[in-house]
Amino acid sequence: MAANALTPGIVAGRLSPRDYATNFTDLHPPLDPHEAQVAADRCYFCHDAPCIAACPTAIDIPLFIRQIATGTPEAAAMTIFSQNILGGMCARVCPTETLCEEACVRETAEGQPVRIGQLQRHATDRLMAAGGHPFTRAAPTGRRVAVVGAGPAGLACAHRLAMKGHEVVILDARQRPGGLNEYGIAAYKTPGGFAQAEVDWLLRIGGITMRTGVMLGRDVTLADLRAEHDAVFLGIGLGGVGTLGTPGEDRDGVADAVGFIADLRQAADLAALPVGRDVVVIGGGMTAIDAAVQARLLGALNVTLVYRRSRERMNASRYEQDLAASKGVHIITNAQPVAIHGNGAVREVEFEYVDDDLTPTGVRFRLAADQVLRAIGQRLAGDDLPALAQGRIAVTGAGRSSLPGVWAGGDCAAGGEDLTVTAVAEGRDAAEDIHATLMAEG
Amino acid sequence: MADLTTNFIGITSPNPFWLASAPPTDKEYNVRRAFEAGWGGVVWKTLGEDGPPVVNVNGPRYGAVWGADRRLLGMNNIELITDRPLAVNLAEIARVKRDWPDRALVVSLMVPMNEGAWRDILLRVEDTGCDGVELNFGCPHGMSERGMGSAVGQVPDYVRQVTQWCKTHSRLPVIVKLTPNITDIRQPAQAARDGGADAVSLINTINSITGVDLDLFAPEPTIDGKGAHGGYCGPAVKPIALNMVAEIARTPSLAGLPISGIGGVTTWRDAAEFLALGAGNVQVCTAAMTYGFKVVQEMISGLSQYLDEKGLGSVQALVGRAVPNVSDWQQLNLNYVTKARIDEDLCIGCGRCFAACEDTSHQAIAMSPERVFSVRDEECVACNLCVNVCPVEGCITMERLAPGTIDPRTGREVRAEHGDWTTHPDNPGACAAE
Ligand SMILES: Cc1cc2nc3c(=O)[nH]c(=O)nc-3n(C[C@H](O)[C@H](O)[C@H](O)COP(=O)(O)OP(=O)(O)OC[C@H]3O[C@@H](n4cnc5c(N)ncnc54)[C@H](O)[C@@H]3O)c2cc1C
Ligand code: SF4
Repeated sequence: MAANALTPGIVAGRLSPRDYATNFTDLHPPLDPHEAQVAADRCYFCHDAPCIAACPTAIDIPLFIRQIATGTPEAAAMTIFSQNILGGMCARVCPTETLCEEACVRETAEGQPVRIGQLQRHATDRLMAAGGHPFTRAAPTGRRVAVVGAGPAGLACAHRLAMKGHEVVILDARQRPGGLNEYGIAAYKTPGGFAQAEVDWLLRIGGITMRTGVMLGRDVTLADLRAEHDAVFLGIGLGGVGTLGTPGEDRDGVADAVGFIADLRQAADLAALPVGRDVVVIGGGMTAIDAAVQARLLGALNVTLVYRRSRERMNASRYEQDLAASKGVHIITNAQPVAIHGNGAVREVEFEYVDDDLTPTGVRFRLAADQVLRAIGQRLAGDDLPALAQGRIAVTGAGRSSLPGVWAGGDCAAGGEDLTVTAVAEGRDAAEDIHATLMAEG
Repeated sequence: MADLTTNFIGITSPNPFWLASAPPTDKEYNVRRAFEAGWGGVVWKTLGEDGPPVVNVNGPRYGAVWGADRRLLGMNNIELITDRPLAVNLAEIARVKRDWPDRALVVSLMVPMNEGAWRDILLRVEDTGCDGVELNFGCPHGMSERGMGSAVGQVPDYVRQVTQWCKTHSRLPVIVKLTPNITDIRQPAQAARDGGADAVSLINTINSITGVDLDLFAPEPTIDGKGAHGGYCGPAVKPIALNMVAEIARTPSLAGLPISGIGGVTTWRDAAEFLALGAGNVQVCTAAMTYGFKVVQEMISGLSQYLDEKGLGSVQALVGRAVPNVSDWQQLNLNYVTKARIDEDLCIGCGRCFAACEDTSHQAIAMSPERVFSVRDEECVACNLCVNVCPVEGCITMERLAPGTIDPRTGREVRAEHGDWTTHPDNPGACAAE
């Protein structure tokens, strides 16, 4: 008998093919030209615009919106890409409600910001659809740079270096490039194989060799890379995951949210992907929200997201919390897991309510669960890395690590928010600094 | 990216976007900022005679007309020429030109109607190293009450006379700035040419009152309960400017007279339209005053993209391309028959086309009880009103009836060949000519 929403356990095929298709289409369908025109017309072309300051890559937003308004989305795309080569992905995944759109003066005036992310997508989609690649390389410098990690930080760094005329090799442990763009971002934010298409498009600049399946620390050492290259950039993200330390955590059905999401992103057929009937997600960030929402979209009957502090302290924005609620995710705050019950497989998770400073209240409750997803933060993985600060690679200036000739950026580097756009900014700035350093060496 | 370098009457600039003589070009500080932002040239704010500078009002000098969402569509001003000492302006002009040799720097002038006054100021202006002068025969307010500005521009003989003096007393290229506050722009343009002008620039601002304060019963902008007419500019005046530019460009006796197009240029597209109608470059003021100097970046990227897409290698290749298609009414093809077509899929059912056609045009749109709108070809005269009032772009279009088909309105066959009023059987003139 085919599974449905009521089937207990972690099973595949809870939904009809049509439901899978509708659930995982674009969260925000692209603007049509008229909508783009109307949206662009709302921009006031502010002086020294607050949105630019709020964008980690400092895209000249008023200029690109004006270029859309005057019928030249291709020029708009160039304005975007010259600051942020992953402007296509950022347009889809940036939490604009806490970045550019939060700063928009029309948000201040009317609570309705200009739809910057959507307009950015309008422009970048247009230029990318035209094929080709809009940037060219400077004359070869004869310098070689190794970039470790093909996530947003590594890709942005490699592109900028290639543009400056350096030879770049990117190494990535995974089978496919893209980092969390490919393995982490929610499926409904980037459907249609966009992440791979974007990497292909970016690599068309030339001068970048992509070597996947090569892991730093396993297949190659940092010392080797330094010896063989003029500079090394580390953009290895956060490969490690945390554990709850809760009794019963080893029971079947308890897993990491990032792994669940990676499986989902790589699934050829969503109907073949198993999901629990009663899913409990533990955590309060973007990963927790994405795991919870996508569990619902895969057909889980009950999905509860439990966070140990208050709603205000959740890393996920209010917009994302509301998105989760609108998809039927139940959010419980100020509760912490104390035990995971079951016989082999998980059956229930027991929680205790806590104050905001995590003091237990003595009040407990249990949630039925056949699947428990941990989303309590990722951490840096790897040995023989440059010096660390707060568990990440310590950097000064534009990503300079403690080792000469080694830069770092993105999630693996200390400082900055863990966002795609921040990773792009750090990768780009490190590339500029690497370029300046190599050229100064003469 | 197309090269936007422009050579206008021997003055080169990296792009055809100049700032018009106005507040944005009033002093060194502004002009330096403008050049840093990328403007190709400036016409310095109008200088007057040496001596005590003019005095401006101390109440509001600008009035405005807004569109939806408070978009500035038109602005008027009662500001006079520069109110700073001549020597200060001249020193600044010399400094800026020295530091920005690749940008066009033209100096606008307005002095009383006597040869000595013009000769004196020209001598001093030449010393700055500027690229040319522009004669301000345009300002319709304030200075015109003193016999200058549009008071000169409205009398072709004066225009010719002053232009001659300037050509006699200076080696600099002379641009004559025309006022639109006349009945036939070709007259002052011809006078400028006859006087030896190297170019004309147009339009200056249009006489206007932007509004009336209905509590004070006074025109706006209001100063102590009174208001004076001011010069109107901004996007709203573009159609008037385009027509005047085209009139000059297509008049045989004015052929080849270089034109600097002015009037509501806000985007690359506006500029391209002026260029296509014969302007060799454009001057901008209100867009900069509304959005700041940075707007020029969009103009540059947009024009250059457009030239690339059209395969036009230079700005010059665009100049005048639309002029041959500016025609008299009597030459328009009366055998070109179109009908409105409403795309039902795009229609959102507002009914504005119906109201417009039913009440004010030809009752050529039918409306069903389900709010489906369709065109009745037997009534449609193809006036385009429905297209203009429809809020959905591309929903109503005009489509040509193929030659050989019957026009249901007239019952006649659509002819393939051109046929205009000059040869039309109903035209008594046409019969007489035969
Ligand atoms: C589930 C989830 C959802 C998210 N959603 C959003 C969102 O909607 N919007 C947003 O802005 N941000 C989001 N983020 C954060 C964002 O994805 C990251 O901030 C961003 O991807 C960081 O980029 P990066 O290049 O530093 O690292 P990553 O994207 O993690 O890339 C690191 C790369 O390095 C490789 N690597 C790691 N170790 C080694 C090694 N030893 N040798 C070789 N290669 C190695 C990895 O395989 C990987 O490809 C999300 C994160 C997660 C986990
Ligand atoms: S990259 Fe992100 S933050 Fe920057 S403008 Fe685009 S959507 Fe906004």
